Amino acid sequence: MRKVAVIGAGMTRFVRRALETPKELSWEAARMALDSCELTMDDIQATCFGTAPDAFDGIHMNGEYASDGAGGWGKPYMRSYVGGGTGVFNPIQGWYHVASGMFDVVMVVAEEKMSSFYPHAQAAFVTIFDHTTERALKPNLLWIFALEMNRYMTTYGIKKEDIARVSVQHKRNAANHPCPLLGEADITVEDVLNSETLAWPVQRFDVSPVSDGAVAIIMAAEHVAKRLTSKPVWIEGVGWHLDSAYWTNRDLVYPRYVEYAAKMAYDMAGIREPRKEINIAEPYDPFDYKALHHLEGLQLADRGRAVELYINGTAAPDGNMPVCPSGGLLGVGNPIAAAGLMKIAELFWQLRGEAGDRQVPGQPRRGVAQAWGDLMQVGTVVVMGR
Amino acid sequence: MTSRIKHFPGTSLGEKDFDEGKVLFVHDELKADYAWDTGIGIGSYLAGLKRGVILGSYCAHCRKIVVPPRTVCEWCFHPMNEYVQVKDTGMVNTFSLCYVTWDVQRISEPEIPAVIMLDGASELSDSSVIMGGILHKLGEVDPQKVHIGMRVQAVWKPEPEREGAITDILYFKPI
Amino acid sequence: MSERVAIVGIGWSGFRPGTPDVSYKEMIYEAAVRAYNDAGVDPRKDVQSFVTVAEDFHEGTSIFDEYTPDQLGAAMKSMHTITGDGLHGLATAVMLIRTGRFDVVAVEGHSKASNILTPDAITAYAQDPVLNRPLRLNTHFVAGMEMNRYLYESGADADACAGVVSKNRRNALKNPLASFAADFSPDEVLGGPSLAWPLGMHETAKSADGAVVMVLASEKTSASLTDNPIWIAGIGWCNDSPSLESRAWAKLPYIEKSARMAFQQAGIKNPFGEIDFAEIDDTYAYKELQSLEALGVCGFGQAGALLKDGVLDPAGEFPVNVSGGSLGVGHLLDATGLHRALEAALQLRGEAGAHQLKDVHVGLVQSWRGVPTTSGAVAVLTN
Repeated sequence: MRKVAVIGAGMTRFVRRALETPKELSWEAARMALDSCELTMDDIQATCFGTAPDAFDGIHMNGEYASDGAGGWGKPYMRSYVGGGTGVFNPIQGWYHVASGMFDVVMVVAEEKMSSFYPHAQAAFVTIFDHTTERALKPNLLWIFALEMNRYMTTYGIKKEDIARVSVQHKRNAANHPCPLLGEADITVEDVLNSETLAWPVQRFDVSPVSDGAVAIIMAAEHVAKRLTSKPVWIEGVGWHLDSAYWTNRDLVYPRYVEYAAKMAYDMAGIREPRKEINIAEPYDPFDYKALHHLEGLQLADRGRAVELYINGTAAPDGNMPVCPSGGLLGVGNPIAAAGLMKIAELFWQLRGEAGDRQVPGQPRRGVAQAWGDLMQVGTVVVMGR
Repeated sequence: MTSRIKHFPGTSLGEKDFDEGKVLFVHDELKADYAWDTGIGIGSYLAGLKRGVILGSYCAHCRKIVVPPRTVCEWCFHPMNEYVQVKDTGMVNTFSLCYVTWDVQRISEPEIPAVIMLDGASELSDSSVIMGGILHKLGEVDPQKVHIGMRVQAVWKPEPEREGAITDILYFKPI
Repeated sequence: MSERVAIVGIGWSGFRPGTPDVSYKEMIYEAAVRAYNDAGVDPRKDVQSFVTVAEDFHEGTSIFDEYTPDQLGAAMKSMHTITGDGLHGLATAVMLIRTGRFDVVAVEGHSKASNILTPDAITAYAQDPVLNRPLRLNTHFVAGMEMNRYLYESGADADACAGVVSKNRRNALKNPLASFAADFSPDEVLGGPSLAWPLGMHETAKSADGAVVMVLASEKTSASLTDNPIWIAGIGWCNDSPSLESRAWAKLPYIEKSARMAFQQAGIKNPFGEIDFAEIDDTYAYKELQSLEALGVCGFGQAGALLKDGVLDPAGEFPVNVSGGSLGVGHLLDATGLHRALEAALQLRGEAGAHQLKDVHVGLVQSWRGVPTTSGAVAVLTN
């Protein structure tokens, strides 16, 4: 099988409401990624694009609309889609473009402009529910998270103040990121617990902010990557699994789809003991409990015990296995597809030792990034190493 | 690379930029209308609700009853041809107290969405898969007294008002 | 290509203007069961990855990929969605198999066009929201403008376009999957109402419901599954500019590039001589002529003459849309490219029934994502 590397990355700032259009955000990130490895669009043989529901932008076939900004003009261009899992699926799409032998250099762009939906992006989410059996109940997106969080914390007896540690850690980490929407060096557990209750047990600071932004990476086959950079970061394993759409027919306490996706990626990467072999984790953290849920699905903690990584310092930037050193979605922001690809860019920079103020110590060798999406349903996992 | 790059693109706008007319935008309201065919499985489910009963389907291969009914078992991929009436009572698997509506309006009395495991549907030995769960809301209950494991029963619309929709059940109340 | 990929199972359902008796899930299930049975595989055990092609606004559901797995046997499996045409889905499956990590991959596409009550409004949402949509033009205007410029530059005429409609709808008379078969003369086409002049109402494909599922396998695995593999000898895809203000109106550079990519893989240098038949875009009648030229089957401006000389007829030298095409069968939204691949596969297997061509070995398939896009794909299939 052909080895595939990430050789460049770029990202815009994540902001509540961007002046730039979706095309412009995509182009800015793409240009930075190209510049970072000194390539031009002429070197790019194909483009992979990711963005979440068309309803946000109010644009049908949004992938086609955004294609020129994303570098798809005159190229083989495709948009892949697995809801919130899209951002970590995009590099998987880039991987199979290159690993198939059909392309040597591809660009992967993920963009989200959630502020276009008026008056609030969240209202677009009513249309993700089953049109016949659920939508008539006027469900709020927060419902499914609150239902899952309640099931998770009640089953294992996890305290809200412990879950809040995740939000605090990630927002503090984000204070060192150059692009964050909600980086806060001084935030405390009390701030989270005192924030407005949206859908109990979910409070405002348990949630990542809706944002606009874009991220791009350049992926290349081994022979090209080695020619272009002395520090390629390899895609060692990829995995993705999609559970049944009947989400009320399963126990929300554990994300089995993340476990299956992780095992698929670990198998490809030759990882047998993920807790020993993975140095950095970027689990998907649109809500604080979600990071815990996903660490368990990733087999990086026992069921119901991921919170201990935060209590005992393992997850801290200087801990044994830093979790979301980027600041994650909770801190940097959650422009859905772009947020997932931001985690890949973070691993790229961390593994190259180029993460600036948030560089984790110990010259990490391997990291895992994961995203989640749909109706408590999809896990996408990428293992990267140097 | 982030260590070397000093400027990151992306221009943040605030409410003031809009209020003061500094930023132009185009407004459009979408009109996308659909009439979805409910088909055999969900069509039967809706017809059942109109009659005041909740139907599941039975997989003879996996020997289980699931709600809502479907024509294929997603786990064994065999057809499901048999409809079974389950009860309109069940247990709260999980719930939330939600203080914002679907379109983000604040409300003081919370909506209480819940996943309810209906009596008469199957629970598999693999406890990670429950078969009778449906999404609905709770009512006639003090929000602070709702708990996981609470027993509940459907409160139906009066028969003449039922139209063959999930809203033919108004909500579930404690029993 | 180093590792060849074969279509080893095909299944379909629906193919009617409306399918009110089944939900989209039930329609897809029927197609899936047929495809798996045809390939002799159990999706729960043997199929390692699944790809659906779908667009949210066609479904009326955001994040539609949520609802893709169950009826395909893909629950808790490696599945994802491509917001593209069916041929983009096939290309994705080809790439997955060629990585060496997957042996058997299923691709699904479907249309429940009959459930969309405001199709023209939805197509309008694909226009640029700031520059074009505020003009409140029915999106067919893009086809009208393209046809006008194409006729102007190529010298093709309205008679040739009407001839495409007549040919395809008559071809459809022999295809049981076709919803719009008719013995329709070119004069009747030209006598019909105008839609976006010079484009006539009868020159525009009507939509239909239907689902298509295909099972693809690596060369090694296909040998154990079928004696009759249909090889994907080449596949290419490409975009041009999405902007109406900066695109080539008379020609289709994205189809030219897609074809170049597919033909290079398949080793085809002379499409007219080496390819036996084609199932290509005829969403609008003029597109069949314009696409043939972009595919290099003939020179620019020559397709109209081929049509008039009968070369594109079922009995001609280069039969095009023997199935009836989208004009005769109905347009299946995102599943359209898969439908064309299905028709080509049936021909190459010798299973096309009343419209079977004699002695065919190489089929050409091409699709376009419709107005206002410049996105297309091309595949070469062989037996």
